[in-house]
Amino acid sequence: MLYSEKVMDHFMHPRNVGVIEDADGVGEVGNAKCGDIMKIYLKIENNIVTDVKFNTFGCGSAIASSSMATEMIKGQPIDKVLELTNKAVVEALEGLPPHKIHCSVLAEEAVKAAIKDYYDKNGIEYDHSLFPEESCAHCSEGSCDI
Amino acid sequence: MNIYADNAATTKMSKTAINAMLPYLDSVYGNPSSLHSVGQRAAEALASARERVAKVLGCTDREIYFTSGGSESDNQAILTAAAIGERKNKRHIISSSIEHHAVLHTLDKLKKRGFEITLLDAHENGIVSPAELEAAIRPDTVLVTIMYANNEIGSIQPISEIGRICREHGVLFHTDAVQAVGHIKVDVVKDNIDMLSLSAHKFHGPKGIGVLYVKKGIVITNLIEGGAQERGKRAGTENVPAIMGLAASLEEAAENIDKNSAKLIPLRDKLIKGILEIPHTILNGDPVKRLPGNVNVCFEGIEGESLLLLLDSKGICASSGSACTSGSLDPSHVLLAIGRPHDVAHGSLRLSLSEENTEEEVDYMINAIKDVVAYLRNMSPVWRDLQEGKKKYVIQ
Repeated sequence: MLYSEKVMDHFMHPRNVGVIEDADGVGEVGNAKCGDIMKIYLKIENNIVTDVKFNTFGCGSAIASSSMATEMIKGQPIDKVLELTNKAVVEALEGLPPHKIHCSVLAEEAVKAAIKDYYDKNGIEYDHSLFPEESCAHCSEGSCDI
Repeated sequence: MNIYADNAATTKMSKTAINAMLPYLDSVYGNPSSLHSVGQRAAEALASARERVAKVLGCTDREIYFTSGGSESDNQAILTAAAIGERKNKRHIISSSIEHHAVLHTLDKLKKRGFEITLLDAHENGIVSPAELEAAIRPDTVLVTIMYANNEIGSIQPISEIGRICREHGVLFHTDAVQAVGHIKVDVVKDNIDMLSLSAHKFHGPKGIGVLYVKKGIVITNLIEGGAQERGKRAGTENVPAIMGLAASLEEAAENIDKNSAKLIPLRDKLIKGILEIPHTILNGDPVKRLPGNVNVCFEGIEGESLLLLLDSKGICASSGSACTSGSLDPSHVLLAIGRPHDVAHGSLRLSLSEENTEEEVDYMINAIKDVVAYLRNMSPVWRDLQEGKKKYVIQ
């Protein structure tokens, strides 16, 4: 089996699939050319992520990573959400194949992009170093020309 | 429901092939090179298998070389032509952009030896143009290597025209016929084929055994040195059981080509028609000049690996040209070569039928695919952007 049971569970039964029309923050990362796009929608009240939904175009591990990331941040305060790492997503999924690690990176980046969008929309000051530019370094073996 | 629709990857062995192998795994275990009676029984079997294979392909038994399979045959054919080219100071080879990697990677290796490679365009239907091929032939062209039928999109090349052109220009012609032999009629003499590769496991034979046909008079370059087997051109004790399985499955497939095509083509076309009812879906490859069992489509807005996993959960074994299924980031070179953009190529699905598939299975697959595509599109941000007009559909 290519994937762990946990990955298959989150792929076959993804949590928090959907769109929040009046989202407080939306983050979209990835590129269809590379085969993965993740979009995460957040509802934030009193600095707490009260609801989260995702839409993902991608492989099984991309869908599972999105699902797991949304589950990990739901109900959490923003400072905790910003501590989410791709490594934590991989661990929670009980591992990803080496060439699929970039899916977990996208999940982390999508969550952070959504928080950044929330800050930007609401004129909230923040430490810009918390939100590095989206990087393609994690998929350097490819040649997607972007 | 458990449906195997990945016969272009490999096939289930036929009972005929298994039964043909059994005595050679059991009582007739001799080495065909041995002088004693046990060895000689194996040698006789080997000789008869070679004759039977030659008969199917329309050549002589002295032109048949058993190899480990399609990739080895492709490598040996191309390196044989390259060595001939080097002796004659001809270092130009013509091939196509949709060849199997066994061909393309071997050609890449030859570039480092000073060869120039021209890859012909396969156009949107996945078929090369004989006129473009003829125009590409130069005084220093030593080889044309064009696959008989494509493994991904099933398009069948105009092999007899290509063969005729090559013969007229005195250029060697090799064809990777791994997907064709046993499925469509192949005649190496009529088609002016100088070298041909085939692999048993693509027509219900065993894995790890193939054939390289080399027309008499062509000096073969060895890949494996060591013994006098295969007329000194491929060392190593012959895999007699597998060779017996190959011969039996090849004969069986060749005998049933008409019957199988008559069953498969309507099933294939029903499957294509049903899948194309899904909006923003396109057929890859030529609708008519197509292998009898091949279906290959792209769905806009979804990714192939998740599609395969969901189909597998519904009991359907299929394949995709998505990058995610290959471990690289680039989708299928074949789909890119016929002009599918990256994002569309990621959403490809290949179903390759065999004569064991039924109409009931086709109906089940159409419904399952419709459900799975709708489900994945519903969670795809790309699809949402397309639906909301934020992006333009590539597939109308």
